[in-house]
Amino acid sequence: MILRELSEATGVSGNEREVRAVVLDAIQKHADEVRVDTMGNVLALKHGADDSDSPTAGHRHIRVMLSAHMDEVGLMVVGYDNDGFLKVRAVGGIDPRLLPGTLLQVGPDHIPGVIGTKPIHLLKEKEGQKVPQIENLVVDIGAKGKDEAQRLAPLGTYAHFVTQFRELGPTVSGKAFDDRAGCAVLVELLRGARFHFDLHAAFTVQEEVGLRGARVAAYAIEPDCAFALEGTIADDIPKDKDISPTTELGKGPAITVMDRSFVADRRLVRLLTDTAEELDIPYQIKQPGIGGTDAGAIHLAREGVPSVTVAVPCRYIHSPVALLSVDDFNNTVRLMRESLSRLTPHTLTRRQ
Amino acid sequence: MEVIPLLKQLSQIDGISGYEEPIRQLLRQTWKPFVDEMHEDGLGSLIALKYGTQPTGPPESTETSRPRLMLAAHMDEIGLMVTGIEKGFLRIGRVGGTDRRALLGLEVVVHGQRDLPGIVATRPPHVLPKEERKKVVPWDKLFVDVGLPPEEVGRLITVGNLISIRREMVELKNRCVAGKALDNRACVSAITLALERLAGMHHASDVFAVATAQEETGLKGAITSAYGVEPDLAVALDVTFGKHPGIAEVEAFPLGDGPTIGIGPNFHPQLVTRLKEVADAHEIPYQMDPIPGRSGTDAWAIQVAREGVPTALLSIPLRYMHQPVETLAAQDVERAGRLLAAFIAGLEAGFLEKLAWDREEGGSERTHDT
Amino acid sequence: MKDLIRKLVETHSPSGTEENIRAVIRAEVESVADELRVDPLGSLVVHKRGSGDGQRIVLDAHMDEIGVMVTHVDEKGFARFTSIGGVNPLTCVGARVAFADRTVGVIGIEEKRENNSKIPKLEQLYIDVGATSGDDCPVHVGDPAVFTRPFVAQGTRLIAKAMDDRIGCAVLIETLVRLTDTPHDVFLVFSVQEETTLSGARTSTYGIEPDMAIAVDVTRTGDRPECHPMAVELGKGPAVKVKDSRMISHPAVRDLLVRRAKEADIPYQLEVLERGTTDAAAMQLVRSGVPSGCLSIPCRYIHSPSEMVDERDVENSVRLLLEVLQSA
Repeated sequence: MILRELSEATGVSGNEREVRAVVLDAIQKHADEVRVDTMGNVLALKHGADDSDSPTAGHRHIRVMLSAHMDEVGLMVVGYDNDGFLKVRAVGGIDPRLLPGTLLQVGPDHIPGVIGTKPIHLLKEKEGQKVPQIENLVVDIGAKGKDEAQRLAPLGTYAHFVTQFRELGPTVSGKAFDDRAGCAVLVELLRGARFHFDLHAAFTVQEEVGLRGARVAAYAIEPDCAFALEGTIADDIPKDKDISPTTELGKGPAITVMDRSFVADRRLVRLLTDTAEELDIPYQIKQPGIGGTDAGAIHLAREGVPSVTVAVPCRYIHSPVALLSVDDFNNTVRLMRESLSRLTPHTLTRRQ
Repeated sequence: MEVIPLLKQLSQIDGISGYEEPIRQLLRQTWKPFVDEMHEDGLGSLIALKYGTQPTGPPESTETSRPRLMLAAHMDEIGLMVTGIEKGFLRIGRVGGTDRRALLGLEVVVHGQRDLPGIVATRPPHVLPKEERKKVVPWDKLFVDVGLPPEEVGRLITVGNLISIRREMVELKNRCVAGKALDNRACVSAITLALERLAGMHHASDVFAVATAQEETGLKGAITSAYGVEPDLAVALDVTFGKHPGIAEVEAFPLGDGPTIGIGPNFHPQLVTRLKEVADAHEIPYQMDPIPGRSGTDAWAIQVAREGVPTALLSIPLRYMHQPVETLAAQDVERAGRLLAAFIAGLEAGFLEKLAWDREEGGSERTHDT
Repeated sequence: MKDLIRKLVETHSPSGTEENIRAVIRAEVESVADELRVDPLGSLVVHKRGSGDGQRIVLDAHMDEIGVMVTHVDEKGFARFTSIGGVNPLTCVGARVAFADRTVGVIGIEEKRENNSKIPKLEQLYIDVGATSGDDCPVHVGDPAVFTRPFVAQGTRLIAKAMDDRIGCAVLIETLVRLTDTPHDVFLVFSVQEETTLSGARTSTYGIEPDMAIAVDVTRTGDRPECHPMAVELGKGPAVKVKDSRMISHPAVRDLLVRRAKEADIPYQLEVLERGTTDAAAMQLVRSGVPSGCLSIPCRYIHSPSEMVDERDVENSVRLLLEVLQSA
């Protein structure tokens, strides 16, 4: 499963080299042109099929962009203490509650490290209630002093989480499903048959630090419409109140109507939901108003790009071990393929 | 040019975000001898171009285009603005991140029909309830008093008039200087010194020196100037936090140990490496500044202009940022200027190719027929 | 102008679903426009050609309004919601909202909140459409709704929801209708999604590449009891924006508006807005920068369902824009 390789590859925002290599290797036989731009985005073009018998033949070529981001959240070394511990800061949004007890690898040589805190035995009364903030945590690589630490992990070195991908039956677990799940969906779409339009696939960098790669990719591609592919929050764990789970595992791909970064184009949402209902593909509407994705940057490119985000629901997306449903993943690929097959220039016309 | 008189001149002139005309005029004059062309963009950024020297001539005239290198330092400073007038006292608001903790008792200049001296005023502690004395004065309790009767104030001043800080730069020990607007006139000085050096050097790139407008209000001048210049690579300069009691060690740098080089997602790794190599070769001290995300500088905006720009950041450590006593070491400014000039002169014609990602794995362009 | 204003404010179009208001505006301008198009994100761009010696000018007003969107329908048929744009929870309690299919909902508040004396959060509110279960609820996750209140004209004061920024749209339409000749190439942009991301103004301006851009939007006033100090007052004339929280007007554009007002004896005020911004903040950053400014209509109770403007300020805004467009 390509998701295994993608999930286990490292690629913290700004340092996507390893995962980029996996992506390049996976798609090179399936794209007509591939290049890496100035920020490190992988831009791949799969020409449309030249099929004059198809019902969509003869239509003006539309430029369709699909994006998935290669980067994951991680840490960066910003200092040392005299005992050889590494001081770190988050790259992208990290929930500090998850840090104590984690396994990391530091730097291009993957030096093992751990984050631990003061043992419970030694805590004073209220101390155990407070969440240690990242400024007060350190990474232990076993260095003997500041000099060794500095030599092994110079300032600016990246540290990433370590999790083995596991198949649990109906589900799989691993790290960085946000957004290796989206990358895997995009790889699968590229591996399939050609569409009737030119498909511009962008495996973007630095989404987690501000939707950075997608912005320049969209400017370069100038698409007529865009679909961002993601791994998104599934908060279907038991709760006290009857409130939204954001998305639920097993209910199919999640379509974004609105989040903090953009409002989805209703015509593209309708294309997806009509296709799903026609073909009995399960789908859900992601809880509006939560999070942001590459579509937030893409829709602002040049004169504007109608956009939508489609995501695979993932539990614990904010932790080093996430969980998703294989059926949801496959249904996401299926929904995208079928919807894209029905996408024509007419989809983007307006009544008034 | 001597760095301390240059810093003094650039620090003391006005140039609040959105109203940079005085500093822009001064820079037009100062840079004129060192550049070939100058123009302004739609937001007021000043863009100066020094043609590359191999081969010579304006960019359009050469057969193979020279690399376009952009240098950026923001010329605007934070300040204040009149937001209302009540009984002859001026209500004020900030332009950019002016720190209200450092305003009380400050002498200012109100730019009305003519320039009027004023004082930042608030009620004395003796008459305030105890709890209020302990708090920082909120904006709506701060006023500027120009010492004139209300009718005259109404005649000379309106809502929207600018208020700048009146502060002469002073020299401290060890070539440290303190004044207002050293964020970012210090870096404008560094670029000026670099341009002066480059006048006598060969360089393969067309150098676009940009004094950006409105950085303090949202990196705006960087956004528009990078779009207009379309550089192949860029180096931004801004100030960073200088070491001081109460600031965590990882978040600040000692003065006098050289400029810092940014490392992190905002910066192209090959540019970072090259800057380090040049600094080492010329024995220019520097410090590494790890920035895990948003750098809060023009570099952040430039990196994502159009199809992306490989970007680097040089910073000068500065204490008391956004207070009228900003303090830095003059030698750090000199070093930044020297490093820039050496970096630019050392860029060989084929340097851009080295910026392709993952070159070790076989280059950036891969095309296949399927 | 009152009928035009009423028609505009009573149309329901929250950010992201602007079809309704676009159709209404289109009908008003079709006969006087030289060209009309809808750009990729849905903004309506109306072109009035000039005699050719002037500048390329954008006048902009946003056609979207704030609203709410359903995030979850619970087992009993109550709907939880999030805001579309800046919605103040204080204006929600007891309010009525209307969905696209005309379903009306009442906003209720959780009584068992942790701290009753604090301003409620949106998560502590819900919409009641009168359903009895999740299954028979006519609204679904992702459905948008707007606040509903009827338009009222009382003396010179006009009160309605969505004055922000349908009043700006009204000003632009009226300006276009009254405009006879102009040396300038004028583009009136009725933008989408200002309340969420300013995306419409930004992308439309990219397509037009103007020499100058002026947004027409509402601004706060400082004339209400115990409000934060602010120099603008209702009825004292349109406000020429100097600065707001995200944008500084280009001095030349600001001075142009002031000059034309003085020359034509139109009352005006100068505005510095501490919190809040407009499409102009996005337009000024397009490409290599566009000198931009804003003409503001003083408005009380912004982002509440009962926004109040003064019709004299509205009329004077139209007059001022005509002065700007008709002179070189």
